[in-house]
Amino acid sequence: MGFRQRKAEEMVFKVLMIGSTVIVTGSLLLIIGTVVVKGFPAMNLAMITQTPKGGYYLGKEGGILNAIVGSLELAGGATLLALLFSLPIVLYINLYKRRKSRLAVFTRFALDVLWGIPSIVYGAFGFILMMRIGLRTSLLAGIIAVALLELPIMARAMDEVVRLVPHSLQDASASLGATKLETALHVVTRQCLPGIITAILIAFGRGIGDAASVLYTAGFSDRIPGALLQPAATLPLAIFFQLGTPYPEVQERAYASAAILTLIILVISLLSRWYGRKFQKNSIL
Amino acid sequence: MVKRLLKDLLARRAMFLFTAVPGVLVFLMFFGLYDRSRSILALHSFPDLLFGSSWFPLKGQFGLYPFLMGTVWVTLAAMILAVPISLLSAIYLSEYAPRRIRETIKPVVDLLAGIPSVVFGVWGVLMIVPLVAKIAPAFGAYSTGYSVLAGAIVLAIMVFPTIIHVSLEVFASVPRALREASLSLGATKWETVKHVVLRKGLAGIIASVALGFSRAFGETMAVLMVVGNTPIIPKSPFDSAYPLPALLANNYGEMMSIPLYDGALMLAALVLLLIVLVFNIGARAVLIKAERKAE
Repeated sequence: MGFRQRKAEEMVFKVLMIGSTVIVTGSLLLIIGTVVVKGFPAMNLAMITQTPKGGYYLGKEGGILNAIVGSLELAGGATLLALLFSLPIVLYINLYKRRKSRLAVFTRFALDVLWGIPSIVYGAFGFILMMRIGLRTSLLAGIIAVALLELPIMARAMDEVVRLVPHSLQDASASLGATKLETALHVVTRQCLPGIITAILIAFGRGIGDAASVLYTAGFSDRIPGALLQPAATLPLAIFFQLGTPYPEVQERAYASAAILTLIILVISLLSRWYGRKFQKNSIL
Repeated sequence: MVKRLLKDLLARRAMFLFTAVPGVLVFLMFFGLYDRSRSILALHSFPDLLFGSSWFPLKGQFGLYPFLMGTVWVTLAAMILAVPISLLSAIYLSEYAPRRIRETIKPVVDLLAGIPSVVFGVWGVLMIVPLVAKIAPAFGAYSTGYSVLAGAIVLAIMVFPTIIHVSLEVFASVPRALREASLSLGATKWETVKHVVLRKGLAGIIASVALGFSRAFGETMAVLMVVGNTPIIPKSPFDSAYPLPALLANNYGEMMSIPLYDGALMLAALVLLLIVLVFNIGARAVLIKAERKAE
């Protein structure tokens, strides 16, 4: 091939590559743009301050406060539960075991595999678990299912930060007479706090946006859940149900609800990014 | 002092137990789903259920084949769209893009990954479904828009981040020296990419595609909202389909009131889990191996 031909091939592919990158970036803007443009006109104060009144899904008065609060409670509870499991796992495989030990490698592998399991399967498994321990569809059952879904996401995100903590930091702590636990809690956790918080926010965002896992487990209710054993409405399902009605005015509300959910997700993403960056400067990593 | 050591010892034991959770969970999910689907497996053989094509729960017929094919169609179509676009973007970001552009676009990709699937679904209904309905006549087909193609387009966008993210890591693990050697021999940048970076990263790229595939395979809500949900095997991209995850999501309500229905649905979940596990475990094993080699 002549030099010109080789250069031409390069140009063709470069154009294709830039085009692809534009498609990827553009689709995000298109999605957010569409949802916002369609959603905001239908939005009003009642939507975020009221629960559905009778006949809401036929186009009557009310809002989706039940679903907003339900989602926050559910994702909040699930995130807390997932944190309770993730932190010990991550500390154990990074501090108590050598980072390349068999257990650490296997656990990371298992977490990655769990990450790949679809949320509907978590829903079905959550349902089985719920029947086994004698629960009904409830906030608690939803929290358990979503916590399982969040566990690999949170643990892997945390692991990425904790595994970067220099050995010398642990050695310094040990040489001052600290036990491993004290090193883990007072040195490593503190050092990695921004990363841990970012991981928590990422997991929370995933939890609040997921619909398939709560379908089987959390149920749906027009009331704001006041206790763990009551069924809870969630924002994604509220969107889904509203869009499924044949009434255009209710479908409009689905667009508005989708805009609210997107907004929540965007705020969480930006917060975690900002938080991660803010603390990067003070970190010695 | 003894108290502190004791605390450390207890914590070590407790943390070890927690660490066992992820590994155990995978098995627990498998056995839990298997246990619940035994009711139906006792009456029908597994191949009959998997390859049977009549789905009439009230008559006790639970053939999963149309749903399986629905998933396969939508997923394959999505991959045909997603793989070239994702890989070309990943190559651009890793090899060509100036630092500033790369640092701007990476967060956008992350953001795309964080968008809830219902929002993708709403967007699909608003934009892609009408689009498909409009272009179908140009291909001599009639379509309501709720179709394999609509599902595939939405899914393709959803798997961009997975493929891009993993393949960026793969490209980053190709040593700089190899690229420099190729360039110094007079190869153009694209030739270096083609003959060095892509060849060196081939296993990892295949793994990234497999991860994207399994992500698409199990995606539920977004697909469910745009794919039409009629239990027939689709014959063209403009036909509607009824993927396996959508079956699970649509019927949780009546599951407990029809005999064997719950067993059939749990079996569907088990099939979904198994297929996804095979792809995931394979891909992760390849990636771990590649990572070890790179070190």
